[in-house]
Amino acid sequence: MRHALVLGLFAATAAAPWPQAAAQTPDPTAAEFDKFREIMEQDNPAELFEVKGEELWKTPRGPKNASLEKCDLGLGPGVVKGAYAQMPRYFADVDRVMDAEARIVHCMITLQGFTYEELAKAPFSSLVRTPEPVSIVTYVAAQSRGMKLASPQNHPKERAAYETGKAIFHYRAGSFDFSCASCHGVDDKRIRTQPLPNFTKPDQAIRAVQGWPGYRMTGGVMHSLQWRLNDCYRQQRFPEPGYTSETLSALLTYVTVNANGHVYRGPGIKR
Amino acid sequence: MRLASAGLLAVAAALLASCATPQRDYQPDALAMMKRDFHARGIAGMDRLNQDSVQAACNTYKDEPPQGVAEKLQKEQLATIKWPADGKLLGDWKSGEKIAQNGRGMAWNDKGGVGGSCYNCHQVGPRESSFGTVGPSLYQFAKKRGYGADIQRYAYGKIYNAKAYSLCSQMPRFGHVGALTEQQMKDLTALLMDPASPVNQ
Amino acid sequence: MAEPMKIRATLQGDVADVRVLMAHPMETGQRKDASGKLVPMHFIQTITAQLNGKTVFSADVSQAISRNPVFAFKVKGAKAGDKLSVTWQDNKGEKRTDEVVIRAGS
Repeated sequence: MRHALVLGLFAATAAAPWPQAAAQTPDPTAAEFDKFREIMEQDNPAELFEVKGEELWKTPRGPKNASLEKCDLGLGPGVVKGAYAQMPRYFADVDRVMDAEARIVHCMITLQGFTYEELAKAPFSSLVRTPEPVSIVTYVAAQSRGMKLASPQNHPKERAAYETGKAIFHYRAGSFDFSCASCHGVDDKRIRTQPLPNFTKPDQAIRAVQGWPGYRMTGGVMHSLQWRLNDCYRQQRFPEPGYTSETLSALLTYVTVNANGHVYRGPGIKR
Repeated sequence: MRLASAGLLAVAAALLASCATPQRDYQPDALAMMKRDFHARGIAGMDRLNQDSVQAACNTYKDEPPQGVAEKLQKEQLATIKWPADGKLLGDWKSGEKIAQNGRGMAWNDKGGVGGSCYNCHQVGPRESSFGTVGPSLYQFAKKRGYGADIQRYAYGKIYNAKAYSLCSQMPRFGHVGALTEQQMKDLTALLMDPASPVNQ
Repeated sequence: MAEPMKIRATLQGDVADVRVLMAHPMETGQRKDASGKLVPMHFIQTITAQLNGKTVFSADVSQAISRNPVFAFKVKGAKAGDKLSVTWQDNKGEKRTDEVVIRAGS
């Protein structure tokens, strides 16, 4: 199999352990998956994108030939440390709540002169290309490693984003009558062999945030939450949500606020 | 004295109740935001954001509609089911297994309906260990319920339109939206109902 | 210029525990792209590591290794402050060298 590590011991298969049917006896297979995941998390290829993202943050680019070092992620211009853990949040200059990637895209437009159209054209990673915002959001997220999530609910629009996000989360539509809650509003279910965390509950909502941005071993690509939400809506048989739109920021506000207080361990690695 | 404290309790209860729930319904905001932010792609048009009667009821009542509402809408959904003209509900279970395994179809990167995605949510045959648990196990479906015409009709009908039997079920209405053809639904019914199917061993 | 490696080298006694994360597509030559064409082979063939300029590790590797691979090995006789450099070379002749200073283990 292509995915063999030189360490030699593990094949790269699903990273999530199979849920137990009834008994609580430790599952030796799950233990091996946990060990494998621990090793992979220590040398996560996501770190390569953190390095790339930092380079992109600091390098003058775009028609305005400027770096992103004046970008305000909510803690003041250029303050990156801790910013991701406090997003999504309200930004007065755009009078809306933005998640991290939406804010980065905003800064790339206003500070560097890129256009939304060119950034939204092909915003998700493929085998041969990782879009700049993905590397940058990986870098930004890594600067909140080890910090407690604290997406604010101070501004009325932040509170509205939470409630609107909650309503969107529960809205059933599309060819299959699915809402996000169809899969992520119930306990102890799985789709095929992928466990489905219940994002309406604080202890499980952390799993909506933890691990993203994430390096996906299937295909060796770096993905962020903007990709994850887009792909969810595809599988829900909905039309397509706009890249970095308010809908997605509202959804991210809902799940992140539910997870507030939990420690964010930084970019993750996925199957 | 007693009346006064009962009154205080009632006020306290009302206050607590209003703190626990948001002041208003945010569904209109959600809908307006989604209509602004989504766009059509491939076969997935913006009409998919519109609620039909079933979705509207389930959204309004948070998947717990009052009995009267549920019964009325279930009856309406049942009436829309197109039963096979030849009266035969059983197809080929071997084809059914392939359809159950296939999770593609109806998404913006598909050309139309493809498979039934059954294993995404259900255990079906005994040999496939990669099955979901969103829905109940269908293993030994007919063995447990009987092989008669009435059960065949229930199985076919449920695959065609699950909401005719349980209004806010999470199971898609495969026949109703054209995700599966009549032959495919017959093959899936056979997978569940044929005495020779591995499901019933 | 190829993308930088991430090297971690921590000391446990006189043994350096080295972990190297490399950015490389590691194409086997068997994958087809979106248009159906075979993507040509492009993979790391040799990896070497030097401690203060002296080769301490050398590996010939092949297409079987995954994209963005992680390599881990131990080097005996290392001290805090020693320079550890890692070099890879691929089948197209591209090369990359990165260097770190070994830190004391925690």
